[in-house]
Amino acid sequence: MHRLFASIFSLVVVLLTAACAAPVDLDLALTHPTLEKKFVVTLQPPATPAAINQIHSWRIQVASPTGMPITRARIAVDGGMPQHGHGLPTRPQATQELFDGTYLLEGMKFSMTGWWEIKLAIQSAEGSDTVTFNTVVAAPVVAR
Amino acid sequence: MHADKLFAITLGVVLLVIAPGVSGLAFDTGNPATPPRDQWSATELGVLASLRLSQLPPTPLDPSNAFEDSPAAVDLGRRLFHDTRLSQNQAVSCASCHDAKKQFQDGLPVGKGVGTGARCTMPIVGSGHSPWLFWDGRKDSLWAQALGPLEDAAEHAGNRTRYAQHLQTHYRPAYEKAFGPMPALPATPLDASPTGTPAERTAWKAMDVGTQQNVNRMFANLGKAIAAFEKTLTHGETRFDQYVEGMVRGDHGAQRLLSPQEVDGLRVFIGKGQCVTCHNGPLFTDQSFHNTGVPPRDAGKPDHGRSAAISKVQSDEFNCLGPFSDAKASQCQELRFLTTDDPSLVGAFKTPSLRGVALRSPNMHAGQFASLEEVIAHYVRAPAAVVGHTELAHGAPGHTERKPIRLSEQEIKALVAFLGSLSGPVLEGAARK
Repeated sequence: MHRLFASIFSLVVVLLTAACAAPVDLDLALTHPTLEKKFVVTLQPPATPAAINQIHSWRIQVASPTGMPITRARIAVDGGMPQHGHGLPTRPQATQELFDGTYLLEGMKFSMTGWWEIKLAIQSAEGSDTVTFNTVVAAPVVAR
Repeated sequence: MHADKLFAITLGVVLLVIAPGVSGLAFDTGNPATPPRDQWSATELGVLASLRLSQLPPTPLDPSNAFEDSPAAVDLGRRLFHDTRLSQNQAVSCASCHDAKKQFQDGLPVGKGVGTGARCTMPIVGSGHSPWLFWDGRKDSLWAQALGPLEDAAEHAGNRTRYAQHLQTHYRPAYEKAFGPMPALPATPLDASPTGTPAERTAWKAMDVGTQQNVNRMFANLGKAIAAFEKTLTHGETRFDQYVEGMVRGDHGAQRLLSPQEVDGLRVFIGKGQCVTCHNGPLFTDQSFHNTGVPPRDAGKPDHGRSAAISKVQSDEFNCLGPFSDAKASQCQELRFLTTDDPSLVGAFKTPSLRGVALRSPNMHAGQFASLEEVIAHYVRAPAAVVGHTELAHGAPGHTERKPIRLSEQEIKALVAFLGSLSGPVLEGAARK
């Protein structure tokens, strides 16, 4: 059910932002193996999407390929809008480990609708690796 | 929320989005024999609806200014805003450049105070929504911003000690009503500031720390009062807002509010012109910083914009984390998560609001373009940046970023016509929404 919901949610997002011309085949999965497959990372956006320009927090779960939480990792955050050639409007930071393998990502902000990349560089005792997520920030639905 | 319920709601949203597009009934009410003149898809209507003034959230509270809702501070701020004695030559007030008759702007390429500034005077209406103030965002609150020009040699060219003494001489009851008892200040008139002329800096160093702090506190409060007044200035509805409200309601009658040419321009604005990419939301700005390759006013003095402002705002004693802020450190999120080293900040300037833009030429951060036609022609031409790299695409092969903006003469004219529909009244004295 979660996967179905995730894909329908993605469809809504793509439909709503068709005018912004984000690539239609964009991978919007919120769980990704890292580039060298050292970790599996899950991003957790807020339950209610934040308004444009509102600073808010996400969560990051870091696990080993076998699903064991990766504790005491250091996570650097980068990103931006590939189609516009600019970075994130803030410098988000993983400020604390809330519980084993789950980190608080503070200072997230999107200044416009469209395709954004969120890039994480993870360092831990188990090694270092990077992962890139795509997210499409949608315009609010008009109630009529 | 239960997953099934969430699924049902999400599916409902999908259908809501798809249905009007499929049926072609984007806002079709009334007589079916007379189809509406302006057809907007559901997606387009969503973008238009997001630009309405009614979608502007209440001006965020500034946790660093505990006095912004105080009527006494607003009254004091209004008087200070118009007081020409707050300048070296006794001739320049905030209102000299931020003229209520000109949308709180001056219609000049660069500001003219005691001297001539390097950048264009910014409109102040709605600026309480900006996390960063000035074209380069070197201030992080409206009150800290108000202090900058007061000590800038090209603008008011005064100094904080003289201003504090001015408050003591001419505004004591009003000041004390807003901020409480006035602290002790030097008895004799004194020109002293840590940022002023060499003589002013020497005089500042000679003051004891307690007196310095008293002067700084009063100077900060002067800014807080002006900010409180500025926050009462709001945008009134424009023809564009009324048109979109009508479209969202399905009211065909609202179509007459925009001419066919203005509607053509609006299509360009949210479509191939890509204007809405940065000029988004009800204030038509993403409140962010972009390099769009606008040539410097003086080629010999390239302006680095945002990248040169980062250290200024971080080290500003009047910032959100400073001793004169009323905020807790945890409330200073913008400063805490400030982007400091992004190469795209080099030569980047703040996206200005487009509300009232047709009344504010010349345009851009240093008034480089005399008209909106020139501005749009620049975006079509998309020259390389003199400082840093432009975000605009040139259309060169292999360019993977955004698409070049290609507009005909007719489309440029339509876009300019549309921008005229964003002119509306400035409302003064409204309570903070």
